[in-house]
Amino acid sequence: MTVLLIALGAAVGAPLRYLTDRAVQSRHHSAFPWGTLLVNVSGSLLLGALAGWPIGPAVSALLSTGFCGALTTYSTFSYETLRLTRGGHRLLALANVLGSVAAGLAAATVGYALARALTG
Amino acid sequence: MPEPFEPRTDPDVDLRVPADRRELTARPATILATIAAGGALGALARAGLQHAVPHAPTGFGWATFIVNTSGCLLIGVLMAVLGHLDGGHPLARPFLGVGVLGGFTTFSTYAVDIQQAIVAGAPGTALAYLAATVLGALVAVGLGDAATAGLLRRAAR
Repeated sequence: MTVLLIALGAAVGAPLRYLTDRAVQSRHHSAFPWGTLLVNVSGSLLLGALAGWPIGPAVSALLSTGFCGALTTYSTFSYETLRLTRGGHRLLALANVLGSVAAGLAAATVGYALARALTG
Repeated sequence: MPEPFEPRTDPDVDLRVPADRRELTARPATILATIAAGGALGALARAGLQHAVPHAPTGFGWATFIVNTSGCLLIGVLMAVLGHLDGGHPLARPFLGVGVLGGFTTFSTYAVDIQQAIVAGAPGTALAYLAATVLGALVAVGLGDAATAGLLRRAAR
């Protein structure tokens, strides 16, 4: 059952990352990978909230491990940083690393605090 | 060296690459189902590792560290191979890159693991995990890309 829930969550999360990335890029032409930053930060916000919420193992498998895990990505983030560096955009590469880590951590903290405040 | 992948920054989808722009309108169901299947496989592999090597909130998340750094090594290898093959099979990047490796690696677990370690009163572990993952991931992706590109160049000679 857990295996199915993880697979189901990921089967939604991964295509949603792809579609979000496309939507962001089609509206915003920039060398900076805003699409990946958006999915990583929003996934961290949601996972932070789930960590502060009294959820059971089934919801955790579906939403935390499956959905949030597949919506967010480290491989895309690192490859983009490599390509920005190779393309001579060293400052953008540095901004991507520092910005992603800071924003992801801030989002996780806010999500967790909100969930804790709401559940008392 | 001709490299149709040259304008690419984003391995998931980069609208500056003509093939990426076209792929979703050409066959949306196939592309999205391929990504979903790959994502499910990657997520299950990640969950299996995390289940095998659990960690306390105050401890170093070794499973996720290994998942993220190895996934970064593999995206470097994959994109170098696909670049060498002029993009390769049209479903190779969606399945292996967007799906399997995107679903395998995770940024949200990384961020929340750091936050949870801080909440649990282990800021030293949080900082070590934060730095080790970022540095490990960047070294891994650079190594995967450079080693693969080097091998392919040697093989082509």
